[in-house]
Amino acid sequence: MRVVVDLSRCQGYAQCAFLAPDAFRMHGEEALMYDPNPDDSQRDQVLRAAAACPIQAILVEQLEGPAMTVEARRS
Amino acid sequence: MTSRVEALQTFKRDGRIVIVGASLAGLRAAESLRDEGFTGSLTMIGDETAEPYDRPPLSKQVLTGWVPATGTTLPRRRDVDAQWLLGTPATGLDLADNVVRLADGREVPFDRMLISTGVRARPWPVAAEAALTGVFVVRTREDAEGLQQAIAAGPKRVLIIGAGFTGSEIASICRERDIAVTVAELGSGPLVGALGAMIGEIAADMQLANGVDLRCGVKVTQLEGDAQGRFRRAHFSDGSTVDADVAVVALGGIRNTEWLRDSGLAIGPWGVACDSGCRAFDLNGLVTDDIFVAGDVARCPHPIYEYRFISLEHWANAVEQAEIAAHNMVNLQADRWPHLAIPTFWSIQFGVNIKSVGVPTFADEVIVAQGSVSEHRFVAAYGYKGRVTAAVTFNNAKWLDHYRKLIEAAAPFPPAQPTPDQPADAKPMPVDFPGPLLLSQDATVVVTGHDPSERRVTAVRP
Repeated sequence: MRVVVDLSRCQGYAQCAFLAPDAFRMHGEEALMYDPNPDDSQRDQVLRAAAACPIQAILVEQLEGPAMTVEARRS
Repeated sequence: MTSRVEALQTFKRDGRIVIVGASLAGLRAAESLRDEGFTGSLTMIGDETAEPYDRPPLSKQVLTGWVPATGTTLPRRRDVDAQWLLGTPATGLDLADNVVRLADGREVPFDRMLISTGVRARPWPVAAEAALTGVFVVRTREDAEGLQQAIAAGPKRVLIIGAGFTGSEIASICRERDIAVTVAELGSGPLVGALGAMIGEIAADMQLANGVDLRCGVKVTQLEGDAQGRFRRAHFSDGSTVDADVAVVALGGIRNTEWLRDSGLAIGPWGVACDSGCRAFDLNGLVTDDIFVAGDVARCPHPIYEYRFISLEHWANAVEQAEIAAHNMVNLQADRWPHLAIPTFWSIQFGVNIKSVGVPTFADEVIVAQGSVSEHRFVAAYGYKGRVTAAVTFNNAKWLDHYRKLIEAAAPFPPAQPTPDQPADAKPMPVDFPGPLLLSQDATVVVTGHDPSERRVTAVRP
């Protein structure tokens, strides 16, 4: 699953690192490092972390199917 | 119903929008266009073959080996129902016929377009030295993958050329892995160009405390390879040398505007100039109606900063500006929005969360307003002619929003509002940015003609 965190808004509350420790880790006192492509087996934890973020800085993929059909692609 | 409203509705229903530059800004603009009710055709053009991916992790999580370089594809907020032309760089823009030309010879017509072509890494200036095995830049996922492998192979020493944010972050990751690192910086300290001399001193202390061999005020003059074409040694302007097997060139970016050189738009090394509603200016400084700009390549005036034109290579700016551009592309003049977000930025290095709000270079004084420098947990406030214009936090991000409000309110500097944790001996000091060196770009235009009806700008090329 795809995840991105708006780190310019993140304030280091660390709720995500508590709820989904395999995907979100604190680096030092308040910097967040995260896995932008956590395994689907972590889906429930990651969704819980996104919901718990006090400033709602975590965006999880909203699409179900393939994101795009590429018309032209150079190898 | 007026004809202008009818024309807009027809455009929103059946119009053609082309977005050149399929990274963060381009993707978010596409999503916002659909959110705004645009149902016409949408074409995304990109020079890279991958679908839009996030770049900040490339110099952090990817280099540590935690996240693969291919694992940073951006999540979608919604389906954008676009035609994607990836791996096909745009090579030209014809404003007479409203057509984008592609490298493969195709032409893509449009009614409105967005330019979000961003920046690329500034390469090492000597091509033969840049081609040595072991010499890297970090901008694309391929760059990051190569450097990650080189770091994982356990180099004896990594040389980092340039102590800006990217260079400092990479130095930090190498030290976490206990790899010897030399950082070479032409300025007086790390981050000085962006945050000034006071923060530069603190950043230098952090690097030294973490075992970085930091060399400031020196220029790397030569990258030397062995008989197999592998990087082995760097020569410095002070006559010294460093033996290393990996060199990371972190000298900032070059804005991707070359494809627009015959377009008649106001372009230069500083990007594509646009108004605060993201509409591009032409060479004469006249605003265009159908060409919009967003992200790292855009250069727009900010009313808070005396309407000076500002280019920002910031993640949040790409998102916010893309949303403003998208809104304005499908609305009438009276309903358009100005891009007034106060710039924000972050960097993670040596276990410290560094964030900024505002424009620190737009300042004449700086003060430690809260916290403790020695503990690397503080807020530095920046002021210009007695008002707050920026703030930088080290492990104190919770305060950033407070200072954003001070900037928006043109609050007096030094900040008067009581805040906890104020150092007893705080006093403003000169901000001390490097001189006009960085401002002396070559001229890009000349003006010809005398009569106001004849006066026009012509692009100058080296």
